[in-house]
Amino acid sequence: MSGPDGAQPLLRVRNLRKFFPIVKGVFSRTVGHVRAVDDVGFDVHEGETLGLVGESGCGKTTTSRCILRAMAPTSGEMLYRRRDGSTVDLAPLSRRELRPLRAEIQMIFQDPFGSLNPRMTLFDNVGEPLLVNGMSNRGERMDRVAELLRLVGLRPEFMHRFPHAFSGGQRQRIGIARALSTNPRLVVADEPVSALDVSVQAQVLNLLLELQQRLRLTFLFVAHDLSVVRHISDRVAVMYVGQIVELAPTKSIFERPLHPYTAALLKAVPVADPRVPAGDVLLKGEVPSPASPPAGCYFNPRCPFADERCRREAPVLRELATGHSVRCHHAERLQLAVPQERIDPAGRSG
Amino acid sequence: MTGGPLLSVRGLKVVFGLDEGSVRAVDGVSFDVMPGQVVGIVGESGCGKSVTTKAMLQLVDPPGRIAAGEMLFRRAGGDAVDLARLDPRGREIREIRGAEIALIPQEPMASFSPVHTVGEQIVEAIRLHARQWRPEGGAVSRADARAIVVDLFRDVGISMPEQRLDSYSWQLSGGLRQRAMIAMALSCKPRLLIADEPTTAIDVTTQAQVLALLRDLQKRHGTAIVFITHDLGVIAQMASHVVVMYLGRVMEEGPVDAIFHAPRHPYTRALLRSMPGMRGETRVALPTISGTLPHPFNRPAGCPFHPRCEEAIAGRCQARVPVLRPVGGGQSASCFLHHDEAEAT
Repeated sequence: MSGPDGAQPLLRVRNLRKFFPIVKGVFSRTVGHVRAVDDVGFDVHEGETLGLVGESGCGKTTTSRCILRAMAPTSGEMLYRRRDGSTVDLAPLSRRELRPLRAEIQMIFQDPFGSLNPRMTLFDNVGEPLLVNGMSNRGERMDRVAELLRLVGLRPEFMHRFPHAFSGGQRQRIGIARALSTNPRLVVADEPVSALDVSVQAQVLNLLLELQQRLRLTFLFVAHDLSVVRHISDRVAVMYVGQIVELAPTKSIFERPLHPYTAALLKAVPVADPRVPAGDVLLKGEVPSPASPPAGCYFNPRCPFADERCRREAPVLRELATGHSVRCHHAERLQLAVPQERIDPAGRSG
Repeated sequence: MTGGPLLSVRGLKVVFGLDEGSVRAVDGVSFDVMPGQVVGIVGESGCGKSVTTKAMLQLVDPPGRIAAGEMLFRRAGGDAVDLARLDPRGREIREIRGAEIALIPQEPMASFSPVHTVGEQIVEAIRLHARQWRPEGGAVSRADARAIVVDLFRDVGISMPEQRLDSYSWQLSGGLRQRAMIAMALSCKPRLLIADEPTTAIDVTTQAQVLALLRDLQKRHGTAIVFITHDLGVIAQMASHVVVMYLGRVMEEGPVDAIFHAPRHPYTRALLRSMPGMRGETRVALPTISGTLPHPFNRPAGCPFHPRCEEAIAGRCQARVPVLRPVGGGQSASCFLHHDEAEAT
């Protein structure tokens, strides 16, 4: 599939799998596998934000780690289009081969307190990637760090201070500056605002949107908070037990979800309006373990619409409408539209 | 039980004396909890919401201490007791804590002992507070207590309660653990339940289950709940009355509908605006609150919110501290936009 402008996607992920062995006993016998990522595929187009959502343990973080090659996938392809137009599969590359690509694919971490070295000043924290990438002139690095700090809304004078002097929101800005230091094209952000307070969260989201436009960045945005993902993403992929169950443009997925899990997830989000009645709890039970997923569709034990076929036959991800894919046997026949008052309740429109 | 609040907090101050100076974590907080009412306390980190609830149970850790104020709690017998004056280790608070006022903590994993089964821990609580089950006096036998726990587990939706009773907390999933914690909190028939971010650590579908459970239990037992959270969505769905805190002070309080649809304090308004919702435009700049939360040692003079407030009145808001006063609609606000009354200096 090609992008909206006919261009090849920046990243194509195909049949990505990451299994972790479960070992037992003194001889570390492998007794099974945790199927953390189980046949995941999607495209990321240049300049867009793809949101990856799901509950804990769904494999969204493992997927992002594989793309960053912080871990090697068990199988699958991750075709990345380089700046010069050539395409490279990230999956089989060695550490040495990955090195030149690291500058192009960067990440923003969740924990603004744990991801900065407390013994290094901002200059060293933000400037280290520059040093590693061959900018050995200290004065040149200083200029670049000052520029980066200004870019994320911090004063350049701050560069000689240590991380402890900054609040959570400021530290997240520092983390963003560091991620941008090497002029990346793809930025993987794993829960970048979930540790922040509401008022600070809004500031950081605004900054990410602004930087994306200015620098033509592409984001893979991993998060569990649906309203945050809705706000920042062009398209959203919903994961459940290591698989993508639905992938669609943001508006479609939030207004006309096709997968029962997506619909249940949307209904479970408490709406910040006391006039909207709390939705019925649609889902009973809990997420199955990715070490022993149920037969057939992984969602069938919790699905209110499951039938014999769902318990027997695993559905595949198929495109039902343009750009809207779903992994469900019955998606065409289900009426899952989100009640109107949850989208635009009376009295709060506009 | 008619009239009069179950708990009445007035001018509560909790101070942490540190080497660098003292931090006023809670700085003159007042609110009421009526019998059977769900009061939501909402605020960002450092606003003092958790410390307030710790003070209610006399669980403020040193170097923190309750410096001023009263917390009048109407006990089961009908007489009021000032929780602020009780000895943290004394007999009376130990009778109240866990029995008449129970707590659902944020982290159920850290709150159960890993070396005792969850059943044992709840049985222990029931036997310790036997009076809640045997008002006429006398002990609750181990077998009776066990039967009570089985009923409680069934009540909070734990399947196979007899087996789960003998599980350790680490054998339970997040949702089950939080249900077990709720069962423990309810085990001594509390009249006031404090829920401190009870769903922050769990996933959204499990959160929906736990919130539905709490609403249902509240309706059936009529327990009053003080619900602490930073999540405005959770507050909107749970509380009937809302207290908005900022830097240790109450900015605004009132009925939930008024707080969300007719907020009077600029902080409440800004907070509601800055939240990405499940509706409206996407990928546009969100309205933000300018500046950052001041450092606790560096509290602004006057109204604590004035440096970040868009509607601050020059010469007034930085000079005097507004008090919480009724502003109509059942709401109260600490803001000079609505009244002129300042704290005596």
